Amino acid sequence: MSVVEATPVVRKTALNAVHRQMGAKMVEFNGWDMPVEYPASIGGGIIAEHLAVRTGVGIFDVSHMGDIRLSGREALAAVQHISMNDASRLALGQAQYSALLYPPGTFVDDVIVHRLGEDEYLLVINAGTREKDFNWVRENTRPFDCIVEHLSDDFTQIAIQGPKGVNLLQKLTDADLSAVKFYWVTRGTVCGLKNIVMGRTGYTAEDGFEIYIPPDEATSARVWHEVLAAGKEFGVVPCGLGARNTLRLEGKLPLYGHEISDTINVWEAGLDRYCKMEKPEFIGRAALEKAKADGVKKTLVGLEMVDRGIARDGYKVLDEGGSEIGYVTSGSPAPFLKKNIALAYVPPEHAEIGTTVKVEIRGQGVKAQVIPTPFYKRPKKS
Amino acid sequence: MPYPTDRKYTKEHEWITADGTIGITDHAQESLGDIVFVELPKVGTEITVGKAFGTVESVKAVSDLFAPVSGTVTTVNEALATAPEQVNKDAHGAWIVKIRVKDAAEMNALLSAADYEKFASEEAGH
Repeated sequence: MSVVEATPVVRKTALNAVHRQMGAKMVEFNGWDMPVEYPASIGGGIIAEHLAVRTGVGIFDVSHMGDIRLSGREALAAVQHISMNDASRLALGQAQYSALLYPPGTFVDDVIVHRLGEDEYLLVINAGTREKDFNWVRENTRPFDCIVEHLSDDFTQIAIQGPKGVNLLQKLTDADLSAVKFYWVTRGTVCGLKNIVMGRTGYTAEDGFEIYIPPDEATSARVWHEVLAAGKEFGVVPCGLGARNTLRLEGKLPLYGHEISDTINVWEAGLDRYCKMEKPEFIGRAALEKAKADGVKKTLVGLEMVDRGIARDGYKVLDEGGSEIGYVTSGSPAPFLKKNIALAYVPPEHAEIGTTVKVEIRGQGVKAQVIPTPFYKRPKKS
Repeated sequence: MPYPTDRKYTKEHEWITADGTIGITDHAQESLGDIVFVELPKVGTEITVGKAFGTVESVKAVSDLFAPVSGTVTTVNEALATAPEQVNKDAHGAWIVKIRVKDAAEMNALLSAADYEKFASEEAGH
């Protein structure tokens, strides 16, 4: 465990060599050398990987994600103080989407809070904000009787995502996965490794699991290959950050630094349902109460390009007359929906479904329309 | 994939034949990934050596097309508007525009197939 890590070097997950062996195209992402996509020769390419997750199963190395554990007598009180969702509602083995907020109600990060034990909580945090998050959590939980540990380097985290993800993982574990509901966690033996945490969570707007295994290269590589082998009958495809981004965008899952940041508050981001104002106290609550009364000046909307063109992160949003009214936070072709979509901040008066706006693409205003979000919702299982 | 020797190449990863047909290289399509959008100039547009004349977009990236030499656009490959993935499938066959070359001498400054292949492999090695 280290508090301050040397950052200038590009960091690698335990599966880095495996990705390179498989011919993945590598990119730097938040200081990490990560696969963006795998070669077409093994079923890869952003579009193919995206479709595999929507219709079958894909696996991702998400070991760059960070982990913070809070444990001890006042762990719950500490989690309640630093996060906006209500962790007191979590049963043993349950998880929830939440966020760490600054006093103005803006984002330190978004997190998944897992209740692993009676007084044990695991926060899964973003790669780019690991050190910031850990320092924030440590500083702000000092008054509580609990232990805060930075476990980011203690796991290799593999996401097995897609409607067939449960079938794939079930072949490798003794745990009964059919009993694990979405956003619940179980433990079991996976590929011969005992007591492995498996969460029915993900960042793809699809069903699936995330597993936390020992971080040494040999074990990580062995499990990765065993998962791929077990998934063969389901057409499993290894997936990179490219597909991870288009999948989460179709599902309107926020990305830190894009839809949420230290200058955007909870109401603007539209994450109201994860912010429990009935909780008497948490960092950011007072400012959010006032912000709610004041009303928002910008709000996150979903756009579909009407005319030919692809909105990209940072492009300007214009009104029909051509005046600048906002900006795109994430924009891309949507491989499953087969249209060009974007998330953007605009003033509330331009946020109504059906409103026509323009996105400035290489100096030209290209027509787009505000449409309902999430763009994609996974079909309910019968 | 072998680089055809019937044409010249640029360090911006375009190819051009002696009659002024322009496309992007296999190395370029490979680094871009799934191509989903090609923005073409209008017929009659004057393009200038080294300047952007169009755009190719993959799912992830936006990339300018740079003119290998100066000239006037005579034909554009309209098929790419609806089937941009042709460039992924056959980069050296799926041409993008044809131009009337203004000064054939500008071609001399471009790379041969062998030199381009060396350049591209060095770049990929980074």
